[in-house]
Amino acid sequence: MRNVAVSCHGITKAFDSGENQVLALRGVDWEVRFGELTLLVGPSGCGKTTLISVIAGLLDATSGELEVLGEDMRRLRGTDAVVFRRRNLGFVFQQFNLLPSLTAVENAAVPLLAARVPRRTAVARASELLAELGLGHRLNALPSKLSGGQQQRVALARALLHEPKLIVCDEPTSALDHETGHAVMELLKRVAVREDRAVIVVTHDSRVFEFADEIAEMEDGSIRSEGLEAVLEGELVERI
Amino acid sequence: MNFVAIQMLLGDRIKYLGLVTAVAFSTFLMSHQSSIFAGVMNRTRSQILDVQDAGIWVMDPATQYFDEAKALPDQALYRVRSVEGVEWAVAMRKGTPVARAADGTFRTVILMSVDDDSLAGAPRHMLAGSLADLRQPDSLFIDRAAYYYFFPNQPFRTGRVFEINDHRVTVSGIFESSAPFTNLPIFYARYSEALKFQGRERNMMTYVLVKAKPGVDENTLCQRIARETGFHAMTTQEFGWATIDYYFKHTGIPLNFGITITVALLVGTLVAGQTFYIFTLENLKQFGALKAIGVTNWRITSMILLQAGMVGAIGYSIGIAMTAAFYEYFSKNVDLRGFFLPWQIATGTAGAVLVIIVIASFMSIRRVLVLEPAVVFRG
Ligand SMILES: Nc1ncnc2c1ncn2[C@@H]1O[C@H](COP(=O)(O)OP(=O)(O)O)[C@@H](O)[C@H]1O
Ligand SMILES: [Mg+2]
Repeated sequence: MRNVAVSCHGITKAFDSGENQVLALRGVDWEVRFGELTLLVGPSGCGKTTLISVIAGLLDATSGELEVLGEDMRRLRGTDAVVFRRRNLGFVFQQFNLLPSLTAVENAAVPLLAARVPRRTAVARASELLAELGLGHRLNALPSKLSGGQQQRVALARALLHEPKLIVCDEPTSALDHETGHAVMELLKRVAVREDRAVIVVTHDSRVFEFADEIAEMEDGSIRSEGLEAVLEGELVERI
Repeated sequence: MNFVAIQMLLGDRIKYLGLVTAVAFSTFLMSHQSSIFAGVMNRTRSQILDVQDAGIWVMDPATQYFDEAKALPDQALYRVRSVEGVEWAVAMRKGTPVARAADGTFRTVILMSVDDDSLAGAPRHMLAGSLADLRQPDSLFIDRAAYYYFFPNQPFRTGRVFEINDHRVTVSGIFESSAPFTNLPIFYARYSEALKFQGRERNMMTYVLVKAKPGVDENTLCQRIARETGFHAMTTQEFGWATIDYYFKHTGIPLNFGITITVALLVGTLVAGQTFYIFTLENLKQFGALKAIGVTNWRITSMILLQAGMVGAIGYSIGIAMTAAFYEYFSKNVDLRGFFLPWQIATGTAGAVLVIIVIASFMSIRRVLVLEPAVVFRG
């Protein structure tokens, strides 16, 4: 199926912490499609961050099959994995993770700088994108001078600038107040979602469910239910 | 990414200044102390090198270095003169009599002698009077430092009178000398005069100064003199190094300077290394983000090396400039003449700073390379 961006089969991930092993992923079967904003929800500690780290190639799965953008991730090692991320992935983090000594526009330009695009070109393209995200007036501000919502928009620009095929966001709104978080999600939905791109957003904030094209719920290391209706029903059941 | 690396470094002003300061002071201490050490060691051979007419020094086999020489018997001169390949040989006395100026100021001085006839062995750089003035009876030359000591703040003028061992002597010339190890004033007189100025000892000759015939190799001649006369003969360079060697082995100077220089290196390494490591640790999250975004380990390594190299280059430049400024400033001080920053020491210190930087960055690089990029998702 051309439409599938990420496909997981029986993914497990074990962490060795001292003597005892933590099984963070216990056989994940999951598909993420292009052209959709897919939410990954579930209680804290259920393995959401671990799963997207494995999908993004930041962690190696212990077992299972994983195909991302047509690549067999088990065979992608070392520098190849790094280059794959640089070309194809964009990241948005809960804590923004901007470089504090770079200006907003320089931060947004980092993915192009990493790909050896000349600074002038990279900064020019980052400026355009930041303007599109409504930050045209704060291009040269340091992150410490920006509000949380503005910082997350810079991070969003950084995730989008090199036009990746897959964008992975871990709790992008949980460090923001409700209104700002809502605005960031709106922006994400409007700017990031494209036919040839998949967007995964990890969240436990049910107020952003309205932005989901697709939704998957995790529990205890595996996907419990998929599909908007199923998950929302579950929510409803729990609330009752 | 070089731009990002530099911004990261400059962004943390306090640590950046701390790093540069640590390297700068370490550089200053190392280069400054090494230069003083080299200067002190070099001074021990000043009076040997100042004798430029002769190429060979003949001495008693028991003599190990310049300042303490066993005297030679009078016939030593004739035995040396008879050796094949000797152009000329003259007697030389080095003594340390006490000189008293008219106002009662007195001091032990180093009295060097020159040949009565040829004036061989005389100083070259005259500040007042001319070489021939040394032929006047009861006359001597004194060096600039001696003049400043005995006649402070007075213009150079010959004709001043000293009393040495109840002999009245007149200053007929003032010259520039290389600073001696002991900082004593240097006097020059003809050999016959020098003998008069001093109490009679059985043997009065300290050295025989020899000039080799043109085309005769000095080292070969030294060996021949030793073989035929039983005395010890060294070229000027050999004798200079032998004297340095003596001070090196028989005084605490190398040890003391060695300790200071080593401590400067260690403190520089520890402070710079530790500060740099902390700097990297604090930026670990940033490096993690860069790794996640797709910066290769190789680029990260070169970023850290660039940061460390920049700290090293700037710190070194400041430190070496401080040392150079120190010697430039004190070059006008007569007692500190001969001290300077040799290029060998500047280069050696650069090497030491490089070691500091490599060690400092090694720890940091290791830490960042083992960093799991997945940490970026952790709070
Ligand atoms: N590096 C690690 N070492 C050991 N255990 C870990 C590590 N990362 C995550 N875990 C464990 O794996 C489980 C899932 O964590 P995580 O994926 O962060 O959950 P979530 O993002 O859903 O809150 C937790 O029990 C957590 O303690
Ligand atoms: Mg998480």
